[in-house]
Amino acid sequence: MSELQNINVGEYGNLVSDRAVKGETLLLNMGPQHPSTHGVLRLLLELDGEIVVNCIPDIGFLHTGVEKTMEYKTFQQAEVLTDRLDYLYTIGNNLVYCLAVEKLLELDVPERAQAIRVILTELSRIQSHLIWIGTSALDLAAMSVFLYAMRERELILDVYEMVSGARMMTTYIRPGGLWRDVPSGFEAAVRHIVKEIPRRVDEYEALLTKNPIFLDRTVGIGKITTEDCLKWSIGGPVLRATGLAYDIRRARPYSGYEQYDFDIPTQPEGDIFARYKVRVEEMRQSVRIIEQALDKLPGGPVRSSNRKYIPPPRSEIGVSMEALIHHFKLWTSGFETPKGSVYTAIESPRGELGVFLESDGGAKPFRVHFRTPSFSNLQIMSLLSKGHFVADLVGIIGSLDIVLGDTDR
Amino acid sequence: MEPGVILEWVIKSVVILISMTAGFAYTTWYERKVLAKMQVRIGPNRAGPFALLQPVADGIKLIFKEELVPAEADKLIFNLAPVITVIPALIVTAVVPWGGVLDINGFKLSLALTDTNLAILYIMTVTSISVYGITLAGWSSNNKYAMLGGLRATAQMISYELALGLSLVGPVLVAGTMSLGKIVEMQQGGWFILFQPVAAIIYFIAIIAEVNRAPFDMPEAEQELTAGYHTEYSGMKFALFFMAEYAKMVAVSMIGATVFLGGYLGPFLDIAPWLGPVWLWVKVAVLLFVFIWIRATSPRIRYDRLMAFGWKILFPLALANVLVTAVVVAFMGGK
Repeated sequence: MSELQNINVGEYGNLVSDRAVKGETLLLNMGPQHPSTHGVLRLLLELDGEIVVNCIPDIGFLHTGVEKTMEYKTFQQAEVLTDRLDYLYTIGNNLVYCLAVEKLLELDVPERAQAIRVILTELSRIQSHLIWIGTSALDLAAMSVFLYAMRERELILDVYEMVSGARMMTTYIRPGGLWRDVPSGFEAAVRHIVKEIPRRVDEYEALLTKNPIFLDRTVGIGKITTEDCLKWSIGGPVLRATGLAYDIRRARPYSGYEQYDFDIPTQPEGDIFARYKVRVEEMRQSVRIIEQALDKLPGGPVRSSNRKYIPPPRSEIGVSMEALIHHFKLWTSGFETPKGSVYTAIESPRGELGVFLESDGGAKPFRVHFRTPSFSNLQIMSLLSKGHFVADLVGIIGSLDIVLGDTDR
Repeated sequence: MEPGVILEWVIKSVVILISMTAGFAYTTWYERKVLAKMQVRIGPNRAGPFALLQPVADGIKLIFKEELVPAEADKLIFNLAPVITVIPALIVTAVVPWGGVLDINGFKLSLALTDTNLAILYIMTVTSISVYGITLAGWSSNNKYAMLGGLRATAQMISYELALGLSLVGPVLVAGTMSLGKIVEMQQGGWFILFQPVAAIIYFIAIIAEVNRAPFDMPEAEQELTAGYHTEYSGMKFALFFMAEYAKMVAVSMIGATVFLGGYLGPFLDIAPWLGPVWLWVKVAVLLFVFIWIRATSPRIRYDRLMAFGWKILFPLALANVLVTAVVVAFMGGK
């Protein structure tokens, strides 16, 4: 038996109830290697029969030191690390980091780049929700939905590959705009996805929404109120499933979200089923946003023309001395930033994804901190799971939609 | 007793054992292929034509795997549990007739190992044994997940055994016999699923729970209990549990087909009596397809709901069905 498995009641005496100390309840170690903890999450469960008395989440098994490493990279290099945080919302991670850098530098981003950013982050949201619907249905043992969702996800990953060459870690969004303009097949591919997704989402709903077993496993399980959500700093679909229509895309718009017409789906119940309904509806709303952005996709450049921060195009380097100097400077020492600190936040599929950036005036960030939604969502695990069955606990983890890369950083 | 008769029995027993083990192997192949088609995947396609050698490859792999025995396990029971589980699954179909009587150059060959008049009782008795294997496996592994799985299995199988038994009482009352051979012959006028639809539905629900298949696969709920009672098993011991599950699937499908779907009866049987086993296996394949179909579609029921469903809905319904059947049979004088 490994050290982790050998749970010593004395060691956790302050966390578990008195009954565990007396040996009346069972301490069960769930994870870090377990099929349904969505990664390397460890849950220490105190069970009375199969009913959860207490659930203590233990994180840190995927800690990669991203935040510290970023302090040793220039602002451009550090961006690559953001892909590795929330591996289901990589483009969003890039976006929030770039927004922070742009805010620090007071860079402006061309319209076209803004629209493409919106299209890609919404595709990313759909992609993340597809994984969520698949894995959380799989947690309740409805296995086919997972494979159907993977099929649709493939279409979106193909678009990632088309624009950036990478299927997950794209680093496509850069401070000041995009890496380069989208290729010619981009619009057709996105239009195809936009046509396909609503139909497929209807199919998932046909398998799940009215399925009596699914309803039995989700309705009334893992309830939380709006007040508790706000107390625990929970945002995103979990909050909206309690009835509060709070969405950063609407509350503090970024990347031109104020131009798009979309609804914020809410459900009053606050249980697993409400979160399911909210996320399913969000996929449809994302499709609406993408359609609008595609319809009015403006022409023009995709990068800011501020050469102090944005590298010149390749064509200029051969003919312009100044361009060559800028290029050399940017790729050797990076750009220097004004002293100060900024915080920006975007709406990730899981909630508020924020980044705090502190600069001491150098080319490297003094401190980068990510406020990640998975981390705050995990806090309510014990609140949600008390009194439920082990089987429901699995459904609750799925409904919170955690990504451990996002939690541990 | 004549040596010829004993030889015939031995040969038939061997045929049944081989067909159950082969049935297990090819049920896994069948399940993987059908599931793959349902889930827009390709499924196994490497080992041999249509991956027909896949079960062989799996078997070889499992034989060469290391057999781990947890240090603090109860070794004797730990080793015994898979055996206790698998043997009932292999022998339960001994009483199922595969066909009528074949006439080979004057030699009358009955396509049934035995036609005991206690067949249904035998089935109920033998299937109950396998729950011991699962419970003991869960307990002897000295693993908390396995123990929870074993406890679930015990509770689940005991509560579904009652409904299962009662669902078979209906056809027995209608047929007036417990012999499966006679029950099949009685169905020449119409399959029992037509006269006993409630019993048939209860039977099919109860067998899903009995063999621990989705949506009643609580004892091995992968998402909750990792692998439930066989968490600590590896290599061939694991394969034996796997074999028990699939052989039991085949067995209960075969019994269900015999009791409710006319067994080996089918068209052209009077011209070619050898078609009996073919019809029986076709019906088994259809029932297995339903098992796989349900697995591909349905989420898992929660443990407490499963118990409530078994005790509060299936059990009273099965009792009511027995009562109604008994009254009808008493007044009409049987079919």
